[in-house]
Amino acid sequence: MSDNGQTKMVPINIDGKDFEVPEGMNLVDACESVGVEVPHYCYHTHLSVSGNCRMCLVEMGTPMRDRATGEPIMDDETGKQKIGWMPKPAIACASKAAPGVHIKTQSELTKSCREGVMEFLLANHPLDCPICDQAGECRLQEFATDYGRGFSRYVEEKNVKPKRTVLGPRVTLDNERCILCSRCVRFCAEIDKNPVLGFTERGSHSTLTCYPGTQLDSNYSLNTVDICPVGALTSTDFRFKMRVWFLKPTKSICTESSAGVNTEVWSREGKLYRVTPRRNDEVNDSWMTDSGRMLYKMVESEARMQRFRIDGQVCTLGNAVLRARELIQLGPVAYVASGHLSVEEQAMLRKLVEKEPGSVTFVGHTKEGDGRLITNDRTPNVRGGLVTGLIKELPVAELDKLRRQLESGEIKTVVCYGEDLTKAGIPSELLKKANLVYLGTHRNATSDVARVLLPTLTVFEKTGTFINQQFRLQKFYQAVPGPAGLMPDVYILDALLAECAGGAPCRPTLEQIWQDLAAKVDILAEVKFNKIPETGLLLDGSAYAGLPFCEGSGWHFEPQRELAATSKF
Amino acid sequence: MAIQERRIIYKHVDEPGYTADIDCYMRHGGYEVLKQALQAKPEDLCKEVFDSGLTGRGGAGFPTGMKWKFLDRKSGKPIYLVCNADESEPGTFKDRQIIYQDPHQLIEGMAISAYAIQAKQAFIYIRGEFINGARILENAIEEARAKGFIGEDIGGSGYSCDIVVHRGAGAYICGEETGLIESLEGKRGYPRIKPPYFPAVLGLYQCPTIVNNVETLAQVKHIIQMGGTEFAKIGVKGDTGTHIFGVSGHVQKPGYYEVEAGSATFGELLYDLCGGPLPGRKFKALIPGGSSTKILRFGERFTGKHPNTGEPFDWGVEDIPLDAISLRACGTFLGTGGAIVMDDSTDMMEAIANLMAFYGHESCGQCTPCREGSLWLNKMTTRMCSGRARTEDVDLMKNIADQIEGRTICAHGEAVAWPTQSHYNKFKDEYLDKIARQGDGRGRYNPNGYPLI
Repeated sequence: MSDNGQTKMVPINIDGKDFEVPEGMNLVDACESVGVEVPHYCYHTHLSVSGNCRMCLVEMGTPMRDRATGEPIMDDETGKQKIGWMPKPAIACASKAAPGVHIKTQSELTKSCREGVMEFLLANHPLDCPICDQAGECRLQEFATDYGRGFSRYVEEKNVKPKRTVLGPRVTLDNERCILCSRCVRFCAEIDKNPVLGFTERGSHSTLTCYPGTQLDSNYSLNTVDICPVGALTSTDFRFKMRVWFLKPTKSICTESSAGVNTEVWSREGKLYRVTPRRNDEVNDSWMTDSGRMLYKMVESEARMQRFRIDGQVCTLGNAVLRARELIQLGPVAYVASGHLSVEEQAMLRKLVEKEPGSVTFVGHTKEGDGRLITNDRTPNVRGGLVTGLIKELPVAELDKLRRQLESGEIKTVVCYGEDLTKAGIPSELLKKANLVYLGTHRNATSDVARVLLPTLTVFEKTGTFINQQFRLQKFYQAVPGPAGLMPDVYILDALLAECAGGAPCRPTLEQIWQDLAAKVDILAEVKFNKIPETGLLLDGSAYAGLPFCEGSGWHFEPQRELAATSKF
Repeated sequence: MAIQERRIIYKHVDEPGYTADIDCYMRHGGYEVLKQALQAKPEDLCKEVFDSGLTGRGGAGFPTGMKWKFLDRKSGKPIYLVCNADESEPGTFKDRQIIYQDPHQLIEGMAISAYAIQAKQAFIYIRGEFINGARILENAIEEARAKGFIGEDIGGSGYSCDIVVHRGAGAYICGEETGLIESLEGKRGYPRIKPPYFPAVLGLYQCPTIVNNVETLAQVKHIIQMGGTEFAKIGVKGDTGTHIFGVSGHVQKPGYYEVEAGSATFGELLYDLCGGPLPGRKFKALIPGGSSTKILRFGERFTGKHPNTGEPFDWGVEDIPLDAISLRACGTFLGTGGAIVMDDSTDMMEAIANLMAFYGHESCGQCTPCREGSLWLNKMTTRMCSGRARTEDVDLMKNIADQIEGRTICAHGEAVAWPTQSHYNKFKDEYLDKIARQGDGRGRYNPNGYPLI
């Protein structure tokens, strides 16, 4: 980087073509940035360079200079500076983009290097692709297609190693498949700062293991499975569940905390199978937590609410909305929601509040984070509430004011969106007396005493946006359909709004909601839903800088202000 | 010209009455050179070493003065000196005599070298199997420290440097410069990638480090004693000083012989000093400098122009002069000088299987070509020797070696590939003959009468 923060571009030459790439960029990445693939196993953008797989060997050269004078040596035929090619192939991953670097990625020598490495890698590989979870997304398979021989010259007995070593509660190792690239070892040491993995034995008998007395039990352990280029490290949860080529990846956002980790949700025929991180160098690099990956299990939870109900009796949406409107208009009404709502839902809820005024409170879910990808705020979208104007103040943990208002009869109706009020300090006896309209995905002590139940969808079943702790607006998409008969939250809010306003539901599209938002909210004025980049759009959150947000520092996040002394964490 | 030993390093080795203690060493003029060196400026000492043209004696033969010049002195980080006493190349046993019989020569050489490069701390990384060697060195260091030749304020010069002896744990790869550094740091002995981890810039604890062989550091003492230009007069252009040849195998008198570089030929070494072949046998093959150097076959002719003189030469193995330049002109290397001689009783397939068993066992397993290739060659040659060889195995062997050479992190790849390639080039006929005999049902071909492995 130069002083002004701009990355300097330098000319490099790949296979005879000139390109401009950022100076100092790793050559593997540099090639990828201009569309030239350099196959590699051990190199990973977010890890240190180990250079052990030797797959990225290329021919490399630099412009020649006279040793004595330092003058460039010119080639008379071409009129360009002569290139001094290295006698041996060099690994691209250990080299950085510098002015004038020449590499050959398609030469005979380069190809023969790749073929040689492929043959060696497959020599002791069990070739059990038919039962391997990695099959379909395996680098070994991919490059074997490109550089493999198609038959084996290896007639010796293969090395035998254990096939199901339990490394930790969530990771199982197939030692035979391991190509000893050491990505997982480096991840644990460098990113997780929990160096439990290492190699024992020597040569081809080397094998991955945990240090004595330790296990791979960190909350980031499943990242080793993601970065494993072969099927050696497998997720115990996903192991032998589904062939990956049947799975459809959908871009999503992890709702574990306000970090807004970018994810990919893998589904087939309406069923979720796994969640993996999606690279975003501004938010989560290539990583996510193990706990965040398990959130998909809530979709098929027993406690999932599937029917509209009035006083416990199943009913239609129309009747439920009618009854909800009656209760709201009976008033006085108070609204309770949280940062679990998407920006669009918060915008719709704000419209409802404008029509049927009442106090809006967000219930805070704070719990000490890990200073990495789990923040103290365990909801993904508190800032959405602020930006949409739904709330002016930060969430509270205890609804003392609402409890007093209920006790005194000041508030008669409560519209609760996904929150368990009994955990926020309102006893269920008190709730039973009030008119409770509940919107949410799962049953809890509050929904059990609600007069009207309006089941909603989980983050995996709808599309929308969240605003994370950096004020980064990020989109998530519907991966699977919701339970039969249910509809996106914004439609339910729209129906409620229409009922209250006395019109017909218009079922707004997300684009329409965003047009509305752009008109109402200054910092969203330029935002169009379809134009939000996949890596998110950083909003100007300076207007809210004075608020005592509870997040501490984490990966790619530093709090704007000193943590308030009153803050719990 | 009769071959003459010229003992500089080995002057007192095997001398009756000469002991490893400091008193004996000092009676023979020990530590005088150090005292003299401490009067000089460090950069002058470095210049002497550079002028001497001394090449590293650990096998690669890199000019020592040049290596010292590469030291990153601007970083402000401490500089370390590491003595590589992990002598583990098969066929090599030259450093052992220095350590066991004349340890103070090494310590004096190290003290001078450390002062010359202004090292903060010096280490001796000694192979785990040299248990007594480590004890002898530690004892010698104690003695030298008591006399003030190492430790605080050496000889009143104000320069301080201590030497620590570190024992390896028995891995061949820890003799590789960067593997040694990793091991010394307490990690697994995985060689580092170069670039960026050149020891002279990012060595031990990411500080500038010089790693030199035992004999090299001992030579430094003699360079300072006689002066760089004077030392350069010994030997030939590009390979100065003496070489210690550790001859083993099928000769009458195996042992170590210190000879001035280029002063004699292999024939003279093997016939005159080593007493020639065993009775009734003929020399068949020679590995000139440690098992990883390319093998030479008796009877083949080497022709070309000598790089030093520019004159054409036409040599048999016996005629090759004992210097690195001539050996390189013949397509092999002087390496460590550990010459392994094989006579006509040797089954070359068994010989390569023996070597591959070693290299397959010693590959550290870090990078793919060496890890998989060396074990493949090991399994394959073992199978071939057990009577299940196929004709295509011979070409396959060469092909695998070609796929390893030049594509690995460290030189262990070459150490696997070179013997295999040279065996293939020179003994392919014998392999094919043996395989044909096995196929004919004429039984196992083994001129030696018993298997080597």
